[in-house]
Amino acid sequence: MHELSLLENVREILEDHAQSQEFSKVSRVTLEIGKLSCIEPDALRFGFDVVMKGSLVEGAELMITELNGLGRCQQCGQNTVMDALYDPCSHCGRPLTVVQGMEMKIKDLVVI
Amino acid sequence: MCGICGCGSPEQKQSHKYVFKREHHHHHDELDTGRLIQLEQDLLSKNNTYATQNREYFKQHNIFVLNLVSSPGAGKTTLLVETIKALNGQFPIAVIEGDQQTEHDADRIRATGTPALQINTGRACHLEALGIGQALIELGVKDNSLLAIENVGNLVCPSSFDLGEAHKVVVLSVTEGDDKPLKYPDMFHAADLMLINKTDLLPYVDFDVERCIGYAKQVNPEIKIISLSATKGDNFSAWTDWLSEQIRSLS
Repeated sequence: MHELSLLENVREILEDHAQSQEFSKVSRVTLEIGKLSCIEPDALRFGFDVVMKGSLVEGAELMITELNGLGRCQQCGQNTVMDALYDPCSHCGRPLTVVQGMEMKIKDLVVI
Repeated sequence: MCGICGCGSPEQKQSHKYVFKREHHHHHDELDTGRLIQLEQDLLSKNNTYATQNREYFKQHNIFVLNLVSSPGAGKTTLLVETIKALNGQFPIAVIEGDQQTEHDADRIRATGTPALQINTGRACHLEALGIGQALIELGVKDNSLLAIENVGNLVCPSSFDLGEAHKVVVLSVTEGDDKPLKYPDMFHAADLMLINKTDLLPYVDFDVERCIGYAKQVNPEIKIISLSATKGDNFSAWTDWLSEQIRSLS
């Protein structure tokens, strides 16, 4: 379950920013997760409280925004919504290059 | 005003740039205060920074680095042992082994006379770039060499963590089923090269090589594929030739 490692990364990043941006507590974190990334939002929600315990993020609200997968066809240039990395172009059936959906970002924070 | 944390007080509202309403974590639902910071930062940014440092180091020292990934038991360690034997000292090789527990794999590599360092990841299911940077120093990887990193046997998690390698090589053995590329698309999407291993067992298993290649190309049209048997040596030279060519093109 690499979601725990990813959450540890989130905690470390926020601890770094706490110094440079002068805050002592995080009350909300918004993550942006692409549907084609290999992150399971439920696993993030499950591990969040445990990983943030004892840090300045303890007790913060976790919000997750999911982004749809989108691919551009190498052949016909049209875009197709992708549910899986192996989905073909819905117009001509050729392979797609992913243009959206691999994101795993800390979008914003609310701090005190 | 909340008696516990002070939120909602007039002073706080004035001192913060942003006011929003949300479910409060105390007993009441009041206006909460806080400052909004737009971060837009990759979750993996710390790992990616270390990976970039590793990549710079590899470039400066002319080290060709492979990150070998697969499910447990696909034959990564045997592949490395046989690769070391086949290359027969043409250039220096070092190996970093990743497993949750034990030194078994590093011991197998050391038995060939090749330096190897075992990283035990404990509860973690993948290697991270910081650990590789530290291992490089400990292992004393030589200039103009091949460094093979054998990742933890896992077809999901290691796909996200860049270690600074030149190529991710995914090993799939024919005993596992030919639809693995569709079942675990992230890894096959992230890899540049797929080795279909244990082809000597093809007569005994229901594994369609062409179908497997089709699935892999469906996930990753650019992926290069070599079928081989590490234990019997079938088509093994296609792999070692590819390796030698890659290393020669570095210098």
